[in-house]
Amino acid sequence: MSNTSATASELLAKMNSGEVSSEEITAACLEEIARRDNSINAFLSLQAETALETAREVDRKRKAGEPLGKLAGIPVALKDNICAKGATTTCASKMLEAFTPPYDAHIVEQLRAADAVLIGKTNLDEFAMGSSTENSAFKTTANPWNTKCAAGGSSGGSAAAVAAGFAPLSLGSDTGGSIRQPASFCGVVGLKPTYGRVSRYGLVAFASSLDQIGPFARDVTDAALLLETIAGKDQRDTTSLDADVPSYTKNLEQPLENLKVGYIEHLHAEGLHEDVKAATQQALEVYKSLGAELIPVELPHAKYCVATYYIIAPSEASSNLARYDGVHYGYRAKQFDNMIDMYAASRGEAFGDEVKRRIMLGTYALSSGYYDAYYLKALKVRRLIRNDFEQAFQKVDIIASPVTPTPAFEIGELVDDPLAMYLADIFTTSANLSGIPGVSVPAGMSQNKLPIGLQLLAPPLEEERLLRAARMFERETDWHRQRPE
Amino acid sequence: MDYTVIIGLEVHVQLQTRTKLFCGCSTRFNPDHPNTQTCPVCLGLPGALPVLNREAFHLGMKTGLAINCEIPSFTKWDRKQYYYPDLPKAYQISQYDLPMSQNGWLEIEIDPETRETKKVGIIRAHLEEDAGKNSHDESGRGHDSKVDLNRCGTPLVEIVSEPDLRSAQEARKYLEELKLLLTYIDVSDCNMQEGSLRCDANVNLHIHQENGETIPTPIVEIKNLNSFRGVEQAIEFEVKRQWEAWQETKLSLHDVPKETRGWDADRGITLEQRGKEEAADYRYFPDPDLAPVTVTDAEREKVSSELCERPALRRNRLESEYELSAYDAAVIIDQGLAFADYFEQVAKGCQNGKQAANWVTQDVLRELKEKGLEISSFTIKPEILAALLEKVERSEITTKSARTVFQELINSEESELNAASVQSIIEDKGLAMVSDTGALEAAVQAVVAKNEKAVADFQSGKQAAVGALIGQVMREVKGADPKVVRELLIEKMS
Ligand SMILES: [Zn+2]
Repeated sequence: MSNTSATASELLAKMNSGEVSSEEITAACLEEIARRDNSINAFLSLQAETALETAREVDRKRKAGEPLGKLAGIPVALKDNICAKGATTTCASKMLEAFTPPYDAHIVEQLRAADAVLIGKTNLDEFAMGSSTENSAFKTTANPWNTKCAAGGSSGGSAAAVAAGFAPLSLGSDTGGSIRQPASFCGVVGLKPTYGRVSRYGLVAFASSLDQIGPFARDVTDAALLLETIAGKDQRDTTSLDADVPSYTKNLEQPLENLKVGYIEHLHAEGLHEDVKAATQQALEVYKSLGAELIPVELPHAKYCVATYYIIAPSEASSNLARYDGVHYGYRAKQFDNMIDMYAASRGEAFGDEVKRRIMLGTYALSSGYYDAYYLKALKVRRLIRNDFEQAFQKVDIIASPVTPTPAFEIGELVDDPLAMYLADIFTTSANLSGIPGVSVPAGMSQNKLPIGLQLLAPPLEEERLLRAARMFERETDWHRQRPE
Repeated sequence: MDYTVIIGLEVHVQLQTRTKLFCGCSTRFNPDHPNTQTCPVCLGLPGALPVLNREAFHLGMKTGLAINCEIPSFTKWDRKQYYYPDLPKAYQISQYDLPMSQNGWLEIEIDPETRETKKVGIIRAHLEEDAGKNSHDESGRGHDSKVDLNRCGTPLVEIVSEPDLRSAQEARKYLEELKLLLTYIDVSDCNMQEGSLRCDANVNLHIHQENGETIPTPIVEIKNLNSFRGVEQAIEFEVKRQWEAWQETKLSLHDVPKETRGWDADRGITLEQRGKEEAADYRYFPDPDLAPVTVTDAEREKVSSELCERPALRRNRLESEYELSAYDAAVIIDQGLAFADYFEQVAKGCQNGKQAANWVTQDVLRELKEKGLEISSFTIKPEILAALLEKVERSEITTKSARTVFQELINSEESELNAASVQSIIEDKGLAMVSDTGALEAAVQAVVAKNEKAVADFQSGKQAAVGALIGQVMREVKGADPKVVRELLIEKMS
């Protein structure tokens, strides 16, 4: 494997043996980006100089035998809604085009402490609202497997960067599937942790009760490694969980005994693409061949997930995005008559259509007279969905399902049909609504040579189980070793 | 036809925590250095998250318990959403349907003559964060407005009363009592100039018709009340204005939405403010960034046990325990907790409450006012004053001599003062009351012999003549008890 296609674990081994330096790896990644990102558009900004500086410093430390962090010398890309001092954090919005945060997100502090090399900020749908990065104000990220197709979203840039050989690891955020769906589209591993497993401090909020930061990687081991670097309680995020972080890599190779894999029999069967259906079926067969028991589970309220999600997420977003009013920072309109006009013009000019659509949906749902019928009711359904999973996990250890109904769609195919785009979130939103962890692992190829992911879900804080189950599957298959041309 | 005035007050009190409600920034009043006490959280920067200041919650609980509220075992945070430049997140973290304390009351004295009291209901007291401060260009040259976010995120408790107040005087009394209470329990300095106590008043009239019907006039919320006098004057103005408006328009509460008016202290009038109230939909919803707070019985009891004696109870106790007049007790209590403590230490030390009250409300208070001092920095500590008054109580010195000693004490360096100071000053100045009747009688004898005219005057019925002679004896014998001197003189001359 070359320095740009190897996994982080492989690269760490090579660096420790002196075969390669971090500077060489970082330079190779930057060269690959320079060579091909004009057709992929994974990055919104690069921190090439500081990345190389960090790499050289790590190389020096390694040579001197000084203690090193878990990710010493590994290039890592950050979704551009995660604040890092000294780099713009645009959220792919005109609104924050010039915004440079004066502080590091909690996970950025963790990454720096782990001696990771922060290489650049990746593209996303504006404020993480979308499933294709087509809602980015700056560029659309292409799928490295087929540049006519979408990389998925909203963390499309981070998924594509890992798939295209630009960085072995990256971070995204998942509010309704924004890590798992692009991971599936781009053929990489993408994990959404339990709500609260990773601090949200420094993640620009979209929907606070659903957002979680999570890793992208080329295999399960790397995902485990990155997760154990960033997970844990942070006093600055009161929703972060005060639970010990186990070493996710430690027991990863140990298969789970008597594994019970749940699967959903009757969900969205009509819209499901044949290739996706077949890949999911084959994945279940792999588990069966490993001695796992396959058990059908009922999630009676799962059919309300998308509707519930598209009330709760926009409601919170309408409030979280209200601060972008052109007064304190961010975009301010040039022409306005008075204060109210300044707000309206600034927001009207700087937000894209999808963001405006969701702000309006959310503002409506929270308005007096509608609150009970929409927001409050959605919260009740959310509780029912959570109960469904609690019940299902009484019977099974993990639940397997497709990530998305179809492989990557073509760029432009769904832009005029937001509803179809929303409905494709059918398999992913439930994990956010119920707060449970979920992972997408490469599990097949469509006839058109596009990757297909398998989603695994586990109960809250059972990331270790989730990763071990994913690794069991990965050991038996070759999908994660395939790279786009 | 007449009317009843209906008033409810919403009071915002700044809690005296060291740091803000949801971040670690200082709460110091610092208008000269704008935006220096800020961080990503209170600036509302993207990605920053609030963390509850437990001390603020603790002071909130203390406040709630002091105004006799229930403290529910579950309370949560809600976002109140509106756009204004002093509110960087475009929402204020507040409490909507489940406030941290509710259903309380505060007792006020409404008639000093009859001592009649009244319990003013308190609907709720909840915690919220303060906004920043806008300053606009008043030169008329159209310069930019400025925003100072030092205050943004400071913890406030909003105390909402029932509309139980019936006059501007009652409203003022309620505020004064509330302020006194909150300073006693040490949750706020209630400094109205610095904005740590702010008040809005909801005012309307119930018009009593001749047919026995009662019609409520439209409710007006008066904002920008930043002094006790302002509250009183604004309500008085508003009552008059509403009465006149009623006579003219006959509009009732049901015909007009709630109106917001601002108090213009310079002109002494209320002015209509832009009709923000009717359009406002704050779209409250639970803040997903903050976990709800649960309160246990043990926590409630712990906070309850920290509360000191409330001023109203203490006022009554001073009257009965030290036999003070209602007036003296009120003067002492109104000076604040430290002053009341001072008084009690003096009273206990000298064994005479009335005498202690006279001294602290007159001599001590005058001295504090002249020098602009707080009781805490007054150099004559209570045990020293008590020692001095004890001498008077035991007739070891005269009240007049005590004043001389008091002056000496004030002029001394604090470091030189101790329990023995009183005695040494008395000795230095020879102020000890003379009990040696031999010396005194000799002096009286001599003075009577020297003043034949005065003696004759006295004998012819001019009582006033004694006065001049007393002075002469006292000059001879320092520290003589003037009562005794008088008796001896009269005896000798009669
Ligand atoms: Zn702050």
